[in-house]
Amino acid sequence: MCLAVPGKILTRAGEEATVDLQGNQLRISTVLTPEVRPGDWVLIHAGFAISQLDEQEALETWDYLRLALGEDIAAAAGQEPPGRTSEA
Amino acid sequence: MSRSIDELRAELTAACRAVGRPVQIMEVCGTHTVSIFRNGLRPLLPENLRLVSGPGCPVCVTAQRHIDAALELAARPGVLIATYGDMMRVPGRRGSLERQRAAGAQVRVVNSARSAFELARDNPAQQIVFLGVGFETTAPATVATVLAAERVGLDNFTVLMCHKLVVPAMAALLDAGDVPLDGFLAPGHVSVIIGAAAYRPIAERYRRPVVVAGFEPDSILRGLVALVRQIAGGRAAVENAYSAVVRDEGNRVALDLLERVCVVADAPWRALGVIPRSGLELGPAYRRFDALERFDVHLGEDEDHPACRCGEVITGRVLPADCAAFGRACTPLTPIGPCMVSSEGTCAAWYKYGQVLAERGA
Repeated sequence: MCLAVPGKILTRAGEEATVDLQGNQLRISTVLTPEVRPGDWVLIHAGFAISQLDEQEALETWDYLRLALGEDIAAAAGQEPPGRTSEA
Repeated sequence: MSRSIDELRAELTAACRAVGRPVQIMEVCGTHTVSIFRNGLRPLLPENLRLVSGPGCPVCVTAQRHIDAALELAARPGVLIATYGDMMRVPGRRGSLERQRAAGAQVRVVNSARSAFELARDNPAQQIVFLGVGFETTAPATVATVLAAERVGLDNFTVLMCHKLVVPAMAALLDAGDVPLDGFLAPGHVSVIIGAAAYRPIAERYRRPVVVAGFEPDSILRGLVALVRQIAGGRAAVENAYSAVVRDEGNRVALDLLERVCVVADAPWRALGVIPRSGLELGPAYRRFDALERFDVHLGEDEDHPACRCGEVITGRVLPADCAAFGRACTPLTPIGPCMVSSEGTCAAWYKYGQVLAERGA
């Protein structure tokens, strides 16, 4: 549950960004990492970028996580399953 | 980075031989526990090196009284509980959130605190209570969400604060003194927030080495080599074997947010009792976002199942197999204790991967 996963910032507007999680797009908050810009790699936990990291480390982490977590990667980053967004 | 697993194993064996006595290291984090099993590292370890799991799975350390409070809140009309999925099956005194949902309560699994916030924003007639569970990795997300709720003036969003701090728990284990611990493998992503420097009191006051490591098998082995070399040399320092990701000072923005919104408080840990200054509560200016306060719910006492030894498991006192319920009355399908519920729980990891080890004859 304390696992964060790397993603690449595609676009950023204010404290919101869209990141690429290896083909999966996710909207996240950048409030904890105000310095990040499009093209940067970030570690994402529960919908928030928590730090920046370099591309090599990000890709190595990806390779490991893909084997270890499979489908759960997107969930660790805070992505909700399809059809389970904000309707109560 | 360039050392292979075999080279790291040889270095670890040499370092353990140099110590010349049994060495016990605690991997604090549940994600490390799982990675060690998944990568089959346990059978590769030198004979005199023993790894024990620590209190680093947020689900496992959440006090039963907090689960009971969540169940009480879920029973209130107009309340919807939003929670990370791991919490659904943790047993309280009477049932679990999963069972309460089956009985008609409104309980929603979310993967992000932001989703809980969005539920509140989009459903103004409903009271959304978010279960704020986790260590320092997760707490900033909760706090940022509280600030967002304040900014847009939401009066239907509250948090049941169960957030815990890692370093006070490590110190409490050493203060108890009954488990011989030679050093700590410190969690990678908690350290992204708190920084490697946060472990200095463990090294300086308690004279135990601490090494921050990532979750890949080579990163874990590098961390263990660094730890055992310190032990062999009689040193106790904080080392960062995950410096590509973890900075010495942590994430200052996140720490400032926590400081601004929260106060450090004594906190109940499942089966460990109350540990001084080991939890986060919302500070005076944000108490209106506290679910206990908003709904006038009072925390009771914990009444853990008499057969459950999770408390001893997550403090390194016993291994899961030492518990009579493990694998018999308590399985992932019929969990008695939280360590069997969470996928990162020590018992769940031993149950899942122990069978693999048995098949390998290890």
